[in-house]
Amino acid sequence: MLFDIIQYGFMQRALLSAVAISILCSIVGLFLVLKRHSLFGDALAHVAFGGISLGLFTGIYPLWTAYIVAILSAIGVNKLRESTKIPPDSSIAVLLTSGLAIGVILISVSGGFTLDLFSFLFGNILLVSIEDVIMILITDAIVVPIIYILYKKLILIVFDENQAKVSGLNVTWINTLFIVLASITIIASIRLVGVLLISSLIVIPNITALLLGKGFKKTMFISCAISVISVIFGIVASYYVNLAPSGTIVLTMVSVFIVTIIAKNMRYGLKKIVVTK
Amino acid sequence: MHPIIKVTGLSYHYDSIATLDNISFTVGKGDFLGIIGPNGAGKTTLFQCMLGIIRDYEGEINLFGFDIKQNKKMLQKIGYVPQKKNVEQTFPATVKEVVSLGVIGMRNSSDYIDKAIDFVELGAYRDKRIGELSEGQQQRAIIAKALVKQPELLILDEPTTGIDSVTQEKFFNLLTKLNKDKGITIVWSSHDMNAVERLANRVACIDRKLFFHGQSEDFFGNEERMKSYVEFAMQSHMNLHFGNKSDGKDKMETK
Repeated sequence: MLFDIIQYGFMQRALLSAVAISILCSIVGLFLVLKRHSLFGDALAHVAFGGISLGLFTGIYPLWTAYIVAILSAIGVNKLRESTKIPPDSSIAVLLTSGLAIGVILISVSGGFTLDLFSFLFGNILLVSIEDVIMILITDAIVVPIIYILYKKLILIVFDENQAKVSGLNVTWINTLFIVLASITIIASIRLVGVLLISSLIVIPNITALLLGKGFKKTMFISCAISVISVIFGIVASYYVNLAPSGTIVLTMVSVFIVTIIAKNMRYGLKKIVVTK
Repeated sequence: MHPIIKVTGLSYHYDSIATLDNISFTVGKGDFLGIIGPNGAGKTTLFQCMLGIIRDYEGEINLFGFDIKQNKKMLQKIGYVPQKKNVEQTFPATVKEVVSLGVIGMRNSSDYIDKAIDFVELGAYRDKRIGELSEGQQQRAIIAKALVKQPELLILDEPTTGIDSVTQEKFFNLLTKLNKDKGITIVWSSHDMNAVERLANRVACIDRKLFFHGQSEDFFGNEERMKSYVEFAMQSHMNLHFGNKSDGKDKMETK
């Protein structure tokens, strides 16, 4: 079945970019989830919505404006959080709503929704162009090696920021760099599931992997595996059943998460019975 | 020879309230200094200044003969164990992975990591998630992380708060072993005056100001001094919560 559809150019582009995005989101997402910044991806995507609207309004390629607006906003909000001790979830709420507000204003000024904006909101992986694929692969080539280099430092910061400072790490610089990487990741991923569903790619594979993994590396690997399998299954299934790919991908991930919880609870229940006997 | 730590005239204000007020003391090589003081006395703030986490303090802090503001490399010689931290059960890192965070950038560190884990008697839990361990075991893993880079100075901030007495006793034995057998200088803050009396050879009593600094027996062997410390701490808290009329100076007896 997979071999039949893989002959289509649009499907090759879709699968290649989806696999690249899913790996990226899993790796970046694990640190966001453990930092309790799960909704940061959602907020960044909403800011990106403002950036996309700006691009469509000004006639610049929307993803470029989305990159600039999202990166600047993310750095700004991080500084705001650090300097004013505002709780992380509140600063994320500020980011999310202001991004959306900018987008709504620009749409109203430009006379309403366009088809392009609709595809950014809900994503459509089957429509990715070769330029989009190249941009996604370049994003992977930038983000993954940097995360690999910073891997231990990021774990230490997630584990305890003060201990990281005592170890001599420049925590502020690493946090800022990570936020920029997260912003780039989110924008690159918008094509797959759209602004409204982006946090699912960041959060769901990682919380599923946290239920299963023993060790940071293993957890990251499991998260990537869940994500890759879900996006491939979601794209193929949506093609045959004629459903929206983004929704199918997200529901596949949610199904894996629910099955994992049930399996874990059943295993725990069985263990309890064996111990009691 | 330089003292390992030399704190001179250290003051720190948070929201215009003096959290630390003109603190001065020294710690020599091989010392086991117990810092005692009630909640809010500024013990954690003192450590954060000493470790370069807080930098906008007044006064001077020298570690191994260098001003901490000028030379952060000295931090490499320090192991730090923060206040007991509740690690979430789902935190995915294993004990070995957590301990390895103590030697970021060091090659061939596997032996050191294993030795540090064995030293705190967590060998059987090496590949377990740190979040699955008991609080006492988690704290031992954090100590292993602090030890893995073979520090000359170990700073522990109320490490046994909330830990049961049996585990605490094991923990105290571990600290004694580190100080006596490995010659590591230890600075340790605690509410537990009995434990400090038993383990530390030197004591510093603080409550935003320094009340006493000297040999352990000079404090614990002097009932009058201990009594006046309790009065000092109570007065200091009254000033903090109900206004600072006398500034506590008439009660202060810094040695």
